[in-house]
Order: sequence, then C-alpha cells, then structure tokens
Amino acid sequence: MELKGTTISKQDIESGKVLFTRGDPNAHYTWDTGIGIGRYLEGLRKGKIFGTHCKKCNRTVIPPRVFCELCFSPNIEWRQLKETGVINTFSICYVNWDAQRVQTPHLPAVIEIDGATKGHGILHLLDEVDPKLIKIGMKVKAVWKRPEERTGAITDIQYFKPY
Amino acid sequence: MPKNFYEKVAIVGVGYTPPRPLTPDVSYKEMIYEAAVKSYADANLASHKDINGFITCAEDLIEGTSIFDEYTPDQLGAVQKPMHTITGDTLHGLATAVMNIQTGLMDIVVVEAHSKASNIKTLSHIINYATDPILNRPLNVHPTYIAGLEMQNFLNRTKTTLEQCASVVVKNKKNSLRNDIGCFGATLTTKEVLESPPTFSPLTQLQMANHVDGAVVFVLASQKTAKKLSKKPIWIKGCGWISDSPTLETRNWASCDYAKLSAKMAYKQANIKNPKTQIDFFEVDDTFSYKELEHLEAIGVYKDGTAGRACMNGELDPDGKTPVNVSGGSLGVGSLLEASGSLRTLEIVKQLRGEAGPRQLKKANTALALSWRGIPTTSGATLIFSRK
Repeated sequence: MELKGTTISKQDIESGKVLFTRGDPNAHYTWDTGIGIGRYLEGLRKGKIFGTHCKKCNRTVIPPRVFCELCFSPNIEWRQLKETGVINTFSICYVNWDAQRVQTPHLPAVIEIDGATKGHGILHLLDEVDPKLIKIGMKVKAVWKRPEERTGAITDIQYFKPY
Repeated sequence: MPKNFYEKVAIVGVGYTPPRPLTPDVSYKEMIYEAAVKSYADANLASHKDINGFITCAEDLIEGTSIFDEYTPDQLGAVQKPMHTITGDTLHGLATAVMNIQTGLMDIVVVEAHSKASNIKTLSHIINYATDPILNRPLNVHPTYIAGLEMQNFLNRTKTTLEQCASVVVKNKKNSLRNDIGCFGATLTTKEVLESPPTFSPLTQLQMANHVDGAVVFVLASQKTAKKLSKKPIWIKGCGWISDSPTLETRNWASCDYAKLSAKMAYKQANIKNPKTQIDFFEVDDTFSYKELEHLEAIGVYKDGTAGRACMNGELDPDGKTPVNVSGGSLGVGSLLEASGSLRTLEIVKQLRGEAGPRQLKKANTALALSWRGIPTTSGATLIFSRK
C-alpha cells in the first residue's frame, strides 16, 4: 500500500527547513564508593576478589556490602573468594551503541563466584571463547590486567574465560 | 477535598547522618543505611519487616542514576516491599506517606531523602536542565540568575530592603551555632553579608545556601500504631503541595503562589485560621535570603513588605514572637537538595518532642514546615505538625 505524506529529508534538517534545538548534556559525577564497594575495588587492584558473609543469614555475597539487606544487620565478615566461577546467564550481543551490527559480538555474563552463596557473582564480559560454545554452568576464570595497569575498578579484571 | 484527615498519622521515628560538605568515606547507600537504622530504633520497631511501604524523594538526574528507586530497597530493609520514588522534596514524600497510610492499606511507611551533592561535578548544569531547552538554555547563563530575577521583583514589589534580606542570613547563621548539625554557623553583620562578593544581583555570596551531603529517614504510622510505638508521636495535621505554571516568561513573579496555596491547603486540614497565633514556630525554605521573607508573607504570617522589618526587629529570633528557622535553616545548616525539607521536619520533630537541647523553644506545640524545590521551580509543599 502506498502511504500518503511528505517525507523529511536529511537536507530539510540541514538547511533549516525543519527547526530543532540541539543540546549536549554536561552531566558529570564522581560517585563515592564508600566502605563496602571501596574495599571490594581495593581488592581487585591487588588481584583479589572479596565478598562479605552474614553469619545470621549464612550467606556470602558479592559484590560485598557492609550490611545484610535481608536481616538488616551490620554484623558481617569479609571473605576472600576464588577467581573462578560458573556462568549463571549470558547474552551474545550483535548490536553496538549506534545500532550498527558488530563483527565480534560482546559477551556479557553473570558469573557466580566460587565461594559465594549461589546466585551471587560478578557481571562481566567473556572472551577467549567461541560464542557458540558458551552455556549456563560453564566454568570460567578471571583474566586480570597487569598489576601496574590496575586502578581499583571492575575493569581490573579484563574478562572471564573458560578453564 | 476532605475538611479533615480521615485518619491521624504521626512521625514516630527519625534518624539522620549529620550534614557535611563532603562525605567521601561513605556511599549514599551506607549513608542511608545509617539513617535508617537510627530511625527504626527511634521508632521502637521490632523489625524492619514491620514496615509496609517505602518512599524515596529523589531526582534521577541529581543521583546520576535512572529509575533511582531500583537502588534504594537494600539500605532501607525494603527488599520485596512496595517502594517508589517521589520526585519532589521530602515534604512531598511525607504527604504521600500520609496518604498511603490513610488508604488503610499500609500501617507503617518510611520516607527517605538524601543528598550527595558533593558527587555532582556539574550541579549547575544539572539544575539548568530544569529550564526550557529551546527558549531558555540557549542563552547560556548560570541558572541562579532566576533567583536574582525573583529577588529583584520581590524587593521592588514589597519595598523590602537589602539590609532586611541580609538580616535573615545573620539570624540563621547565628541560630546554626546552637545546632550541632549546622555546617555554616557564623557570627556576621548585615554589612558583611551585603559586602560579600556579588553573585546574581541583588544576591551576594553569603545570601545563598551551600550544598551539603546527608541522609534523613522518617518512620510514619497510623494513629493506633503510633500510640503503641512512641511516647512522643508528632502528628501531621495538614499537608499541602502546589505546582504553579513555571514558564519563566509568563510566571507570576508578583506572588509566591506555591507557598500561598500549599499553606492554604494545609491550614484547611489543620483548621488553622490565624497561622501567626495558632502556630508556635516555623521552619521555611531559605535557600536564598529573600526566600524566607517571601515565604513568610505568602503563607500569611506577615503582610507583604513587613517580614523584613520583623526580622530586623528580632521578631523571628528564637526568643521573638515568631521564631523562624531556629535550626539555622539551609543558610546555616546547609542545603540537602530534595532532602532540604527533611531538615525542616527534623528540627520540628526535635522541638515538639522537647529534644532540641540548647535551642529548645519554650512554646513548641504546633509548627509549620515549608519547602521549595529550588530554581527554576514554582513548586513547594507545606506541612503542619503538632504534639497533639
């Protein structure tokens, strides 16, 4: 069916036939990481993964927090966890920010870290893996940046890969 | 609109972190957790699980996180409970909590508000996003000019003097010296205030509140539960909130209608005929010096052009006829952005409970809090509180 109407061309916009006002956001923040996440990031800088354990609920959670969100107690213990885990869920992403298709898909995944209570882990990226072979339950381990490159950020881990 | 509230609702718990210009030691979640733990203990709650609903007063652009109430349940003990954002001041949140309880569906409701202003590196730009993107923003002027426009009009209309505006700053910063959570207490003269660097004329530097970080959490309960939980419940007798037409080109510069009409709404519910005689003290927004005077006149405590003289004469002092901002207000304590109404309410709760320490007023039975959402808004809320 032929639709009636007038299309707007790129030229209409560029020539000012169609009016608009452009705005570029100037929104900058520096979020305080605080006690819990601050110590977590400090651990990553040292190549260590920390979680916290609530004795009352008998849960070890990661990312760590200075209180238990379930029983509301601040009575927690810090525990170093392993740098390995299993894939809880993942997605193979073929579309980039600008809606272009990408040649090498991005591979975000939730990785349940060994030593944490089931369901707790790190959201990160997978690499050194054939996307077709990724599956829930796959064992993966952290690939770290070199110590001198680490800044105390989640990106101090480059990605997780099967092992 | 009902003439009276269906069900009495009271504040039974309050907890807070002391406001500070910088708080790099804690995340906003940890700050809120501290305030929540204190508040629930103050309310004598057996468990956070007794709370039925939660409200956070926040703006996503201020937080730097969209759908911000996704990030508030953990630190409030609100996991798997009703939780929502009110994009307004704390007083808007408290009014919402009152209504939540009055539906009969909820018995205990928590209201949280906080500021991490120190984390916003381009706060003036964020505030500027509240102006019209097509007609106002292209002029590219720091948005506090809007306060300058409003003050100019107020001075011209009411014949209030600059010295009278400066006397608000002197009073509130002096009051803050007796408030242990005040960040900007000082002993100043009106001359010093007026000779501080000009900013957005007629404003000078010292006539503008500084932003601070902090969190405040309130527990509200229905009448029956409030009486069980607390020996000193503070009853919310009236709530009003108003948004005027905000357009800068055509707004009513000659009248502060959000204050006037929100107070009228609250007075009706609280059966207040004469605020000056029926209300013992006032905590009203003073983000800028003139705002305190403008607000007092809009809510009918003073006639147009007379609040400034009253401030100069000491009537608004803690020992005056009409104590205003005994806490030190935003000028003395600091501005908590959307949580500014929290500090107004916190002071009222302390005073009405008789727990205000060195600044305790002798007569503290009924009080009024008024908030304004800041430039460029024409939105505000009024709440009236009572010991009985």
